[in-house]
Amino acid sequence: MLTLEIDGKPVEVEDGATVMDAANKLGIYIPHFCYHKKLSIAANCRMCLVEVERAPKPLPACATPATNGMKVRTHSRKAITAQKGVMEFLLINHPLDCPICDQGGECQLQDLAVGYGQSAHRFAEAKRVVADKDLGPLIDTFMTRCINCTRCVRFLAEIGGFQELGQAFRGEHAEILPFLGQTVHSEISGNVIDLCPVGALTSKPFLYRARTWELTRRRSISPHDAWGSNLIVQSKHDTVKRVLPLEFEAINECWLSDRDRFAYEGLNASDRLTRPMVKTDGRWVEVAWQTALEVAANRLASVAEENGDDALAFLAHPMSTVEELYLLKALGAAFGAAVDTRIRQRDARADLARGKVAWLNGSITEIVESDGHWFLGADVRRELPLMAVRLRAAAKAGARIVRWDDSDDDWRIPGVDPHKLTAPAMLVALVHFAKHLGVTLPDWAVGLVQQPSPLSAAEFDALSAALRGAQKRRIWLGRPLRAHPNAAEFEWLAEAIAGALGAKLGWLVDGANAVGAAVVGAQATQTAHQLASAGKAGYLLVNLEPEDFAAPDAVADSFARARTVVALTPYASESLKAAADVLLPIAPFTETSGTLVNIEGRLQSFTAVVRPREMTRPGWKVLAALTAMRTGRSVAYTASDAVRDAALPQGWRTQLAQHGLTAIAPAPTLHASAIPAFDRVTLYQGDMIVRRSASLQATDDAKAERGATIPSEEAAA
Amino acid sequence: MLSPEALARIDREIAKYPAGQKQSAVMAALRIAQEEKGWLSEETIAFVADYLEMPPVAVYEVATFYNMYDLAPVGKYKLTVCTNLPCALSGGYHAAEHLKERLGIDFNETTPDGLFTLKEGECMGACGDAPVLLVNNHRMCCRMTRERLDALLETLKRQATENTQ
Amino acid sequence: MSTLKLGQMILKDCDESRWRLADYEARGGYQVLRRILTENWSQERVIEEVKTSALRGRGGAGFPTGLKWSFMPRQFPGEKYVVCNSDEGEPGTFKDRDILRYNPHSVIEGMIIAGYAMGASCGYNYIHGEIFEVYERFEEALEEARRAGYLGENILGSGFHFELYAHHGYGAYICGEETALLESIEGKKGQPRFKPPFPASYGLYGKPTTINNTETFASVPFLLAMGGEQFLHLGKPNNGGMKIFSVSGHVNRPGNYEIPMGTPFSELLELAGGVRGGRKLKAVIPGGSSAPVVPGDVMMECTMDYDSIAQAGSMLGSGAVIVMDETTCMVKALERLSYFYYEESCGQCTPCREGTGWLYRIVHRIEHGQGRVEDLELLESATSNIMGRTICALGDAASMPVQSFIKHFRDEFLYHIEHKRCLVPPEVQWAGSDIYVEA
Repeated sequence: MLTLEIDGKPVEVEDGATVMDAANKLGIYIPHFCYHKKLSIAANCRMCLVEVERAPKPLPACATPATNGMKVRTHSRKAITAQKGVMEFLLINHPLDCPICDQGGECQLQDLAVGYGQSAHRFAEAKRVVADKDLGPLIDTFMTRCINCTRCVRFLAEIGGFQELGQAFRGEHAEILPFLGQTVHSEISGNVIDLCPVGALTSKPFLYRARTWELTRRRSISPHDAWGSNLIVQSKHDTVKRVLPLEFEAINECWLSDRDRFAYEGLNASDRLTRPMVKTDGRWVEVAWQTALEVAANRLASVAEENGDDALAFLAHPMSTVEELYLLKALGAAFGAAVDTRIRQRDARADLARGKVAWLNGSITEIVESDGHWFLGADVRRELPLMAVRLRAAAKAGARIVRWDDSDDDWRIPGVDPHKLTAPAMLVALVHFAKHLGVTLPDWAVGLVQQPSPLSAAEFDALSAALRGAQKRRIWLGRPLRAHPNAAEFEWLAEAIAGALGAKLGWLVDGANAVGAAVVGAQATQTAHQLASAGKAGYLLVNLEPEDFAAPDAVADSFARARTVVALTPYASESLKAAADVLLPIAPFTETSGTLVNIEGRLQSFTAVVRPREMTRPGWKVLAALTAMRTGRSVAYTASDAVRDAALPQGWRTQLAQHGLTAIAPAPTLHASAIPAFDRVTLYQGDMIVRRSASLQATDDAKAERGATIPSEEAAA
Repeated sequence: MLSPEALARIDREIAKYPAGQKQSAVMAALRIAQEEKGWLSEETIAFVADYLEMPPVAVYEVATFYNMYDLAPVGKYKLTVCTNLPCALSGGYHAAEHLKERLGIDFNETTPDGLFTLKEGECMGACGDAPVLLVNNHRMCCRMTRERLDALLETLKRQATENTQ
Repeated sequence: MSTLKLGQMILKDCDESRWRLADYEARGGYQVLRRILTENWSQERVIEEVKTSALRGRGGAGFPTGLKWSFMPRQFPGEKYVVCNSDEGEPGTFKDRDILRYNPHSVIEGMIIAGYAMGASCGYNYIHGEIFEVYERFEEALEEARRAGYLGENILGSGFHFELYAHHGYGAYICGEETALLESIEGKKGQPRFKPPFPASYGLYGKPTTINNTETFASVPFLLAMGGEQFLHLGKPNNGGMKIFSVSGHVNRPGNYEIPMGTPFSELLELAGGVRGGRKLKAVIPGGSSAPVVPGDVMMECTMDYDSIAQAGSMLGSGAVIVMDETTCMVKALERLSYFYYEESCGQCTPCREGTGWLYRIVHRIEHGQGRVEDLELLESATSNIMGRTICALGDAASMPVQSFIKHFRDEFLYHIEHKRCLVPPEVQWAGSDIYVEA
């Protein structure tokens, strides 16, 4: 520990801390632009110059190591003179366009110029003009405003894992740009908008939509993946205008994925369902809520009565809240319907055999502490963009990371050791690896072990050495693997190998509330995907469209054949209108309260940000009302908190799994030739809100994803 | 994209640096690519980036930072005249003016026949030999009196015609 | 064509035709290395000799070489590097080019010895891109040294390994700054690093690294051959040895002069043939373009060593002596220098990126008859806001000429502002520069 003094106040800091760290600890603000606690030190803006006793020149607080006995003055005449001098240089070429700049009101340069700028300017020359750059559909540029702090460059290289922006040319001609003709493709690129201390990089979807001081801000939780990123949702006149990260070190730090940041556009999509609708004789008519509820309840009841057991399936998107799913389960019980949320899983055996709930099996922060990682059938950047950020930090700290999957995609994690394996090849390789480690193989694996191993014994040795060389070893089961029809066999092998290597299994779950869904028991003996494709006589869908399922065409076909499909949904899409016969408008996450349990088992509740659109009602209330109609007993919840408390009684965390499954029944002998390929994970097609974000859909990633799903249509046409 | 000879030369440069430090060869690789292609196009820069396993924008940063790389086509002979103070005190400006007059072009321009591009250079570290100019970056010509400038232009023109014949 | 006028040590007896290994060996080259290796000198002994010699860095900063070498963590187990800074681009400086083309092996031997003394087994010589032919020659010299067993594995059977490579720049003055040079070797833009950490602890590829100038390394075999004590006595106390002075500008015989430290400037001027055309000496920049300008009469009283030049308010720097006669317009001279720093600023930190362009534009305005009375005060204020506020010394280097030109030639600047023209009559202005009319 070191002791130093800043502005006369003593402070103790760790060895290696900087003057800036020490000042932060004391709560003393030192003006700065290029410094950011999560990025490498550049010391280029020179705004944080402070006076250090016995130093002949003012020193940058961000880069100057604290030393014992150091005496720092942040507001002495020498320091202020230096800071004001720097401010003048920053302003001479900066345009005076604050009134039309989107950063106005939240601009570090504007704020500091008030404190450090001069009222008169001495710069009589023409100001520099820098050409704007095309960074894609998410980030707008006004490069003349750029002060070359290089935060964006460092962010993309260090946190994003690939340097997509650079500072080209030199001196006064230096400018920030992507490589000629390219845009930015990072799945977390929007963070550069927050990082930019001026209005050079701004949000394209938000551009000129509102002034920041007019916005109401509320905390919320992202429903677009299982990470549980904390959000600040900003609105004006009951319309969501912008989403920013709410800093939460243990989850999203100060970052957001582009998905979480820009999906909000979907909330304001033109096909929002705002009134209940019933299809009668092939025609959609708007009806009163009471009528709609009665029609829905009656149609479901008649299916239950006329088509017998197993006639109904109530399915929900795993982004649905704990409250919605708990009440959906109650509704399912009332109708004798199967309830499930595993819309992209093709195998129910793994969850059944394990019994306990799949989750991260540890905290998010443990990821960086683990120094040996082996990913099986994962697509980390698309599944959980912020997990990739944690892995980059782990890699930087020296962690070994091995991936087995069937993709060529660059994870943008330095030092990752990739092995490209198709699903059957991977299963064969795992069987051989297990055998190599002395695991007794079960009967179902006999056919697989007769296949030649895709990896050599030396490669197996290298892999086990890499994992055994680590202190904390993790084996991660990715979404493609978990969605696979042989997920159970994959997990059995992974658990057996984990046991042999002393590693801990972790599940990359699919859906913001996938863990919560399993905990409240919204799981049937078949997955939602299986139930949806099974041609049931009646369905009730919550926050779902046919596009959400693993096989959209088969599911749409199944829905078309059903006697009734009741959809609780914020949107009336054409696909849903074709599939359903009752549409009940329920609130998206910004218009109601609710709870999500994230991948690390953290329960996070949120409240409404804006009022529900027109006749839209909270989903949990609609489900409660339907249950009441069916059972004839009123459901006594007045607030979502009460539902949550009923849904998650004390001790619910004991349901979380510590280990993978250890027995599968029944398990016929497998042959590699019968094992299908892994499904692809999409970045921007995963839920109905994301699919409606025009900006996200304009990204190259989304275009490629839609292109990949379109060929069947093209072939038909 | 680049010839096998050029790639072999780049490989020799890579070998100068420790394992895992291929990026150190980027300046030499760009120079070799420029020698072969005449200038550094987007395609050439992307190729070098790929060859050295660098982000293309990082290579572009290098190509734009060092001013001997040409990011646009130049004439067959690029003449860079130093006009920095020590050279200027010994005829640097006079040499530059003489060339402008003889070639009928200003700095950063190319003669209509595509033979000559004229550039203003910064200190080349040869002030004692002023006026100094570089032909195509690598050939330094010293004490360039008006007579010697004229002779140089004649030689280069002759070379150009011989090469095309 | 040789610019060499006088060589007493490094440049002694060498020229265009005598740069090869055999020539160097005939002059006694590689004998010191052989002695060190066969007599199994301790690292400390080498460093002590260098300290005794009072050899100071010849690149410009004048830091004591022996002290610098002693900073290297010799016991550090991993790779360490020795780097030679031959990125000579400070206007007025052209000595390293002559050393490299006439006596490249002296640099190679010096670097091998430095590697030995500091426990490094790898070195790089970073050569200014504009002298590409010299880079190619150095590559040839390296090949000669490798073939002769002076480089590589088990040098002269001693068990000592050292490999040396050449790396070329490609047009960036800033790479002469040692940490920018390291960045450049790493294949990045040459943007200086913030220090600390210093290269001795975190240098090339993050490993301990010592960087010295070409002339410094080339001096090492000579000083060890004659002994540190004798080397010191060649010059003055605290200013040991021989030094190459590059004389440019308005003199009859521009070129390199290798003379003892402490030689009077007047003698050096005489060696260089005096002021061209017998004109009156107006001003001298005694240590490269970044050094403050010194009026001619003050300069005539100085001796050529670090201390004397410092007393005159300037710096010996790299030993580049730019001579200006009475026909020189000091505003135009400053305009050109300011343009240089504006053009060469790396763009990394704010005061230099924004400030150098501002300085240039103000001086440009004054030179072109659009100066304002408040401009001189503004230049002084802006330069003081740049100096000491940047990551590297380029900010200071851009500011010192501005401050010193205004300090010593204020009248000329004021005359430009008030009369929209030059104090030097137009018919003689810049006349001393057209050597081919005069000479």
